[in-house]
Parts: sequence; structure tokens; C-alpha cells
Amino acid sequence: MTRSFADLHLRINPKDQQTAQRLIGKAAQMGYHYISVPFTAGLQETEAAALKAMCAKAGIDFVLRADFKPRTQEDLMRFLRKFRRRFEVICIVCDSKEIARQAAKDRRVDLLNFPSLDYHKRFFDRAEAELASCSLAALEVDVKSLLVLEGPPRVRLLSSLRREVAIALEFHVPVVVSSGVGEEPLMRLPRDLASLAYLFGLGEAQALDAVSANPSGIVLRNREKLSSRFVAPGISVVKEGNSV
Amino acid sequence: MKRVKRRYLALQLESEGLPTEREFMDAVWGAVTKLYGEVGASLTGLALINFDGERKIFVVRTSLASLPMVRASLATVTGVAGKGASMHVLAVSGTLKALYANVG
Repeated sequence: MTRSFADLHLRINPKDQQTAQRLIGKAAQMGYHYISVPFTAGLQETEAAALKAMCAKAGIDFVLRADFKPRTQEDLMRFLRKFRRRFEVICIVCDSKEIARQAAKDRRVDLLNFPSLDYHKRFFDRAEAELASCSLAALEVDVKSLLVLEGPPRVRLLSSLRREVAIALEFHVPVVVSSGVGEEPLMRLPRDLASLAYLFGLGEAQALDAVSANPSGIVLRNREKLSSRFVAPGISVVKEGNSV
Repeated sequence: MKRVKRRYLALQLESEGLPTEREFMDAVWGAVTKLYGEVGASLTGLALINFDGERKIFVVRTSLASLPMVRASLATVTGVAGKGASMHVLAVSGTLKALYANVG
């Protein structure tokens, strides 16, 4: 079975249409099936529609994703209530332990992301993984930092990632590897992206899943939930009959 | 002594201009050394086999045991000879014949 590769974190500025078109074209050429551009300030319908059209033209499936960095738990709840049904993927950038814990146990959160450069703010420990394993959240790893950092900062990042990924695997929390890049020279082929996952301890099959099965599983699950036919997990409307 | 199994990799270089063979291999060695150190790099048995300047396709050889290390290192390359560049692995094979058949 061929894999559907996904890069759920391409940092494209939707306002810069020329660059967006170039990056989307490149992603298509590289063999990605799904790409996603995070919206951080709510849903801009026109920009999302333009990106979707560009992706359709290039033969890629565009995934609507929102990134949010809440300051308080209430902030997070308000965001999820407002935007969960408007986006296909919700990623929470965890800036504090309180937010990280709340996001990990909330079933409406798809991805947990942690700041790459601030090691004190990487809260993916065993407690976090246990909470995430009971909900549907996955750990997202952006490889951009691995490409741009050098020396001790990269060593520290690799060490953190290796520890976090080992914990995620122990608790069966899916790992999603995304690029997190916004420049063409930093884009990588899906299998090259997977090979970078070797650096933080994912095996070959697990690394390939992290760029294919895990992200596309999240997208498909949420699309099913957002469809009008969805009733509850495992139950959907197959056919509507005429009323007697 | 046990025979060392090898793998051949076809690499597509994306860069401004065409680097020389030496510059290309310096970038590859540099990436491997940065990630795995000199001892790690010495275990890879890296060698440039061939290069097609027109299509910017380079063929390198490495030991099978160090293939994941080399692939990861190649993905971290962001420049060759001081210019922005990236390397993409187009195909991996155990024989040059199969590799060329894959790459076309």
C-alpha cells in the first residue's frame, strides 16, 4: 500500500500568494498528499479559500489547521469552543505546564507542540504522555530547528526530543513529524523528513508513520467528525429515509 | 572477514550553481561529522561514485550499517560551498545497475 505523506506545518504566509504558490508546487512535486498552513489569528475565509484552490490546482489536499498559544486554561477552553468545528486540525503550542496538561487531556486537541529553543518549556514528560494517551492528542515535532541550529543548541534539542519520543512511544502517543519551514531550500522530501526522525530515536517504520499514517489519520478522523453524517464515534448516517 | 554490505544513493542537489565534486563531498562529510563526529563519519565508508552535472544528480556509496546515519545527515545539509543548497535522496539501491534503473 502506498503511503499518503503529510506535512501539517508549512509556514506559508497566505498573503504572499507568489511564495505560497511556489511552496505548494514544490510540496506537490516532492510527493506530499496533505499539507497544512497554520492559521494563528482565527479563520480568514478568503485566504483559506485561496490556499485551498492553489493546493487543488497542484493536486494536494489542503488541511485547515489552527495553532494557538493560550495563556490560561480559560483561554484554551474559549478557543476550543469557538474554533474546534471550524478547523480540521487544532494544534496547541504549550507555553506552560498548566496549559500542556489541560491540552493533553482535552479530546478536542489534535497536536501538542512545544517551543524548540526553550528547553525549560518542553513539558512532554510521563504525566503529560499519560494524559495524551487517554485523549487523542499527538506529539508534533518540527524539524526546522534541527536544520537551522548547530552545535550545543542542536545537541540539547536532540537530547530533549529523544527523551520525549521515547516517552511518547512508551505511552502509545502518536508522533507527528512536520517540517515547520517557510522557505523553499529547507523543504525536504517526505522520506528525508522521516530520516531526520532517526536522529531522535524513531525506527524506520515509526518514522515513516510519523510523516504519513499518523498525520493523515488525524485529518481523516477529524474530517469524518466534521461531516454532516457524523453522529458519534463509530456511528454515522448511511442513508436518510423518507418520513412515513 | 565478513564482507561489508554497501548501498548506493542517488542524490538530487538543489543549489544555485554547480559545485565541484570536492565541494559536494566536503558538504556531505561536513554534515556527517557535525552530527556523528569524526569516529562516526569514519564508519560510514562514504565515497562519491559518479555525478551528472546537467541534472545535478550525485551517486554516493556508503555501508549498509550506516545508511540511516548518512540519510539523516544528508537531510541536514543546508549549504554547499557557502551557497544555500539542499540534498534529496532520490533512490537507494544495493547495486549501481538497479540504482540507475530507478533514477532513469
